[in-house]
Amino acid sequence: MTQHHPQRSVAVTINGVTHSRDVEHRLLLADFLRHELGLTGTHLGCEHGACGACTVVMDGQAVRSCLMLAAQVDGAEITTVEGLADPTTGDLHPVQQAFQDHHGLQCGFCTPGMVMSLTAYLDDHPDADEREIREAISGNICRCTGYQGIVAAGLQAAAQRRDHGPQWGRETSS
Amino acid sequence: MKPAPFTYHDPSTVAELIGLLTSLEDAKLLAGGQSLMPMLNLRLSQPDHLIDLNTVAGLDAVETDGAVVRIGAMARQAQLMDDPGVRAHLPIMTEALQWVGHFQTRTRGTIGGSLAHLDPAAELPVVALLHDAELAIEGPSGRRNVAMRDWPIASMLPNLAEDEVLTALEFSPWTETYGYAFEEYARRHGDFAIVAVGALLAIDHGVISRAAIAVAGLEPVPSRLDDAEQALIGQPATAEVLRAAAEAAGRRTGMSDAYVTGSYRQRLARVLTERALNKAAARLERERS
Repeated sequence: MTQHHPQRSVAVTINGVTHSRDVEHRLLLADFLRHELGLTGTHLGCEHGACGACTVVMDGQAVRSCLMLAAQVDGAEITTVEGLADPTTGDLHPVQQAFQDHHGLQCGFCTPGMVMSLTAYLDDHPDADEREIREAISGNICRCTGYQGIVAAGLQAAAQRRDHGPQWGRETSS
Repeated sequence: MKPAPFTYHDPSTVAELIGLLTSLEDAKLLAGGQSLMPMLNLRLSQPDHLIDLNTVAGLDAVETDGAVVRIGAMARQAQLMDDPGVRAHLPIMTEALQWVGHFQTRTRGTIGGSLAHLDPAAELPVVALLHDAELAIEGPSGRRNVAMRDWPIASMLPNLAEDEVLTALEFSPWTETYGYAFEEYARRHGDFAIVAVGALLAIDHGVISRAAIAVAGLEPVPSRLDDAEQALIGQPATAEVLRAAAEAAGRRTGMSDAYVTGSYRQRLARVLTERALNKAAARLERERS
């Protein structure tokens, strides 16, 4: 089937590793991550941009990976939830640690999108207060927690970002 | 695979893009993808060809040149929200953008995509209407300009031929001191509006000298409320005058769908117009004092 549809080659750096692949033109970035690269940490809920579960960070900005084509990310740098924890020690990123500390997840389905959204948002808005954090996650739907734990995690993570600066979560590995 | 098969094209110039538009059958332009990609994923749209505007250089510039703010069609919503020139000269745009989707969609969503998609309830067409934006269109026979008032033809149908592309918008900021406000109601923050209203107000010698009011979500296309604007000119900006003008908004017939009745949209249009006018007048008062 696949070979009947047009393909193109893409080279993209994901979590520090460059992957070169031939991809079908219509392949979504989210499906590229999950099916072609096995990075199943990125979740797909609604597949039309409403739920936020598939959010990844591309060239420093949070984007919906279900609303981009793999063909569009040639040359880009992408971070998925798999790229947050320290690769050598396994220590969680401060945002991930905050979710654990504050019970910011139950079933975990929305968590990758929540974590990636907050990581990108706090990098740009380290002084975010509770209202801003609530607005930042307003594009991410959670059906379990009632959001209170997520907001508490966001506030703890913001404090971490203020204390440690842009290298937060990268200090233990250096 | 969610979208039906298509061939993806990545032109690097507008000329190359127009060549593709002219030669290909059943092609769609892809801007930020925050509306078209969902339509492809749900297979509501199944074009044979997808032409990516993201690879065309030079379409995202924001230039403030005296009396005109020129915004490239591919300027991202997040970029515009942070742009100091936009904030200084078109503050209603900065305010309206806070209602457009979420920060994770504004990183990709573009102003040109919003105008070309022309959702009846989208916020950015309201801003373009308020400032009488001129839309720059390029096609095989060259360039033409379309006034924003002539841009919507019917629901989600802009004044754009199949072989044309919207490349930029030119806004003329008001030079007089004025007040502005953008009001919206949606079921959830970040959703398309049920109704959204934007207003600009200027006062000279104690009476309203210039007014612009535009509404989205009420009718199949966004529009200016000319009758309400006329009711304001020459009047003092009292609560009664502003309320009477808002009544004109409430006389438009609202569209109905499975979720929202026309009469509810009509009522919202009146209420939000009154709120927007009062907020614009209050801001103008602060600006002048």
